[in-house]
Amino acid sequence: MVTFQEISPADFFYRNRDIAGFTNPSRAIFVSIRELVENSLDSAETLSTPPEVYVRLTEEEGAPTATESGNGVYRLMVMDNGSGIAARHIPSAFGQVLFGSNYKLKQARGTFGLGGTMAILYGQITTHKPVIIKSSTGGSKVYEYKMMIDIQRNRPLILDRKTKRNSENWRGTIVEYSLEGDYYRAMSKILEYLKQTALVTPYADIRFVDPKGRLYMFTKATTKMPEPPTETLAHPYGVDVETIQRLIRVTNSRSLLDFMRKHFHRVGQGTSLNFLEFAGFVRTPTPQRLKVENIQKLVETANKSKKFRRLFGKLTEEQIKNLIKKTKSQSLLDLLQKAFPKIDKAIILRLIASAGFVRTKNPKKLRPEEIVKLVRMMKQYDGFLPPDASCLSPLGEDLLRAGILKELKPEFIAVSQRKPSTYAGHPFIVETAIAYGGNIPNKDDIVVYRFANKIPLLYDEASDVSVRVIRGINWRRYKVSSGMPLAILVHLCSTKVPYKTVGKEFIADRPEVKIEILNGIREVARRLQTFLAKREHVAKEKKRLSVFAKYLPKIARFSADLAGKTETPNIDVLLKSVRKYEEE
Amino acid sequence: MKKSESERSVKAKKETVLKDLRKFGGNLYDQMEHGKFPWVEMPSRSTENIFYSPDVRQFILGEKSVKRHARNIRHIKPFTQMVWAGFFTSELVRNRKTSTLRDVYYSAQAYEMTFKDQPESNNILTDLETATGFAREDFNVYPEERSALFGDLTIEYTVPGYEGKQLNMTSHPDGVMLGPSVVSSEFAQNKCDKVIAIEKGGLFTRFIEERVHEKFNALLVLTAGQAPRATRHFLNRLNRELELPVYIFTDGDPWGMHIAMVIISGSANAAHLRGLTTPDAKWSGVYATDIVDYKLPTDPLTPVDIKRLHELEKDPRYTGDLWKREIKTFLKIKKKAEQEAFSRYGLTYIVDEYLPAKLDAMAD
Repeated sequence: MVTFQEISPADFFYRNRDIAGFTNPSRAIFVSIRELVENSLDSAETLSTPPEVYVRLTEEEGAPTATESGNGVYRLMVMDNGSGIAARHIPSAFGQVLFGSNYKLKQARGTFGLGGTMAILYGQITTHKPVIIKSSTGGSKVYEYKMMIDIQRNRPLILDRKTKRNSENWRGTIVEYSLEGDYYRAMSKILEYLKQTALVTPYADIRFVDPKGRLYMFTKATTKMPEPPTETLAHPYGVDVETIQRLIRVTNSRSLLDFMRKHFHRVGQGTSLNFLEFAGFVRTPTPQRLKVENIQKLVETANKSKKFRRLFGKLTEEQIKNLIKKTKSQSLLDLLQKAFPKIDKAIILRLIASAGFVRTKNPKKLRPEEIVKLVRMMKQYDGFLPPDASCLSPLGEDLLRAGILKELKPEFIAVSQRKPSTYAGHPFIVETAIAYGGNIPNKDDIVVYRFANKIPLLYDEASDVSVRVIRGINWRRYKVSSGMPLAILVHLCSTKVPYKTVGKEFIADRPEVKIEILNGIREVARRLQTFLAKREHVAKEKKRLSVFAKYLPKIARFSADLAGKTETPNIDVLLKSVRKYEEE
Repeated sequence: MKKSESERSVKAKKETVLKDLRKFGGNLYDQMEHGKFPWVEMPSRSTENIFYSPDVRQFILGEKSVKRHARNIRHIKPFTQMVWAGFFTSELVRNRKTSTLRDVYYSAQAYEMTFKDQPESNNILTDLETATGFAREDFNVYPEERSALFGDLTIEYTVPGYEGKQLNMTSHPDGVMLGPSVVSSEFAQNKCDKVIAIEKGGLFTRFIEERVHEKFNALLVLTAGQAPRATRHFLNRLNRELELPVYIFTDGDPWGMHIAMVIISGSANAAHLRGLTTPDAKWSGVYATDIVDYKLPTDPLTPVDIKRLHELEKDPRYTGDLWKREIKTFLKIKKKAEQEAFSRYGLTYIVDEYLPAKLDAMAD
């Protein structure tokens, strides 16, 4: 007999932890640290406070000590100065999968606040130990919870709860739990992750103490922070059927016309009307059923507006009545369109709407197939305005420069922020930078730093769109040769980063995104070219001078000897004249 | 700076070389003292500036000249190298030491003037030759020795430690090596009335054994293949200073023919120099016609031989009737013969029969 059983989201992730990146012990420890650090940074940034994050990883007392190459049990503690979590939300925020604070449309590192809970869940299933959460929103109390996750029910199991006085006005969150992992294999990735995070978050203090007791400190270079993003509505191009259904569940709009206007990004009365007409959701009255007062209202509305009067001429009730008498049209829209063939359909529609005769369905009464049609038409309609970028929080050229200078100390740097653009209804901004020299290693290939919403992307580099773009560029055109100490940074900000996999590792090949990345890189590459050309010129000049400095004295000496003179001729004038030439 | 043709005495020549080198250095010195980048002008040695002159009967350089300017970043290194080479060789001459091209290459390193390779160093010395008009042998730079000489000529050494000492060139039965000391010696007494230059060592030894030098009153010179420049210069001196006619015996093939031609008319590589050719010297065999006339044992001409003959056909040095006739004959019979081929008629045949006949014919 087949039995069916519902599984909870926690159970689902328990069974499928690979897709969240917990594939092996070394990857698990890396992802755990990453998820918690990102939550901490997001949390401080919502308050526009420069983040201070402290990460401590120690070998678990009593557990068999980790060998240099094997698994061990570790205790991970992450502390931040973020917003803190209200006491009543703490259990759910950390003990329930898919209870997130990020279900809104604005740029953030995490999508659903899911990763943090996943990390804790992973710790629980590998060590069967509770997590300890301490948090304060800066009020008079600090709350401390000791809890586990009931995986099958997706519920927090609170083991202990303490409340302490917050005498030092502390604000922030501390998460501490045990997990199995392989730090020594993950070490280089973790350090690289922290370094790149410091690079792209130059206003954050990040400290990390590793199991050997070594302290890694990444100190902020500035207190300036990027403008925080504003929350925004969904853009019609970017929604699916499920989103519409959720919106219908919560809306209080009684008509689709109002619904579109209220719940979608950059959709006003006119756009809403035109789209719904395009999608076939607009009904206008049957002309023959119009009452006298309806006709009066229509004529009145038309004559009241200068614009309508100019287009339609002065309308009279008689005129409309005559039209109705002669027509076979089943709708007022059709009738007026035939009567005024030169006037744009949108204008006629607006007139009818102004007179109050446009009918659209109550969204709550839409049938499932109508919802599907609505979504399909949204994708087809080309009259929506593109989304604006106020929901994005790019780093900005100054901060990007500060971050790179801090971590790479390059000899030359060029940064560029592209104008906002969109793909499939999602706004995005590409930021690029190129750096030369300093701490950048001389490699055959250019070093590529990839970021998405301020998250460093460290795995699957070869598949990433930025790397493909960089490989496709003819670098010799920019005077770049292999073996140069060169790094390129690409930062993509979007409400929805087009990751190719769940693991947030690399960005898919979206043509709109690709062209922006390409143009961004070209822009900074051109400035690099100018720099390299200048350098080359100076180097050439230096070499030229050194040639004269090497040989002229020899000519002087040999010819003096040859001529039988005791003193060598004075060649200072000659050497000086060569130098003068250089200054020209 | 062309050297005068009248120099007879080796000693006087050395003094001229030193004087000219000093002038060369002094000129550069003055340019620098006047705040100018030093430069020298010399004839261009590029192929389009090399012409064959029927008047001088050798290759000469044309009107084109090049300026080596220390102001030019591409010139300054070779320019310095040339000045150094001038300085180095003037020291050689002044101290009466000799040296080789290989020596020059290594010596440069002591002055932080390292040459990239031997050809670069050789090329700089050729520059110095072109700029001053002297051959490197005048600067005491000699090639490796392979030539030798035998006959009743007495020379007087000029090299340090041997000044005034005399030596008769019959004093060693293997012949006397034509080294720097012999080449730079003065001629004290001569009883020969002709010079016979021979390509191969085997025949040179046979001639000595058969007392050709006595029977024909000849001075025998072994060129050992293509004659080195010092040997060509020495032949020129024998011809010019002692007024001896020079006869050249080589193998009967295009390569032997060309050995004779280089002694007579010089090479394109030495177009900037005079005194290395002996225009009145005569190629005396083995001719292609000799192969026919004496019914010599032969080898067939190889494709390389034939290609070489076609090249020589177009060479401006090969204009005389003799040359044209022999090239044509070689191409017709498609055969070649070595000097040793005469041994078919007995070991002494070449001395008893062939040589007298040839010299008679030449004297006409």
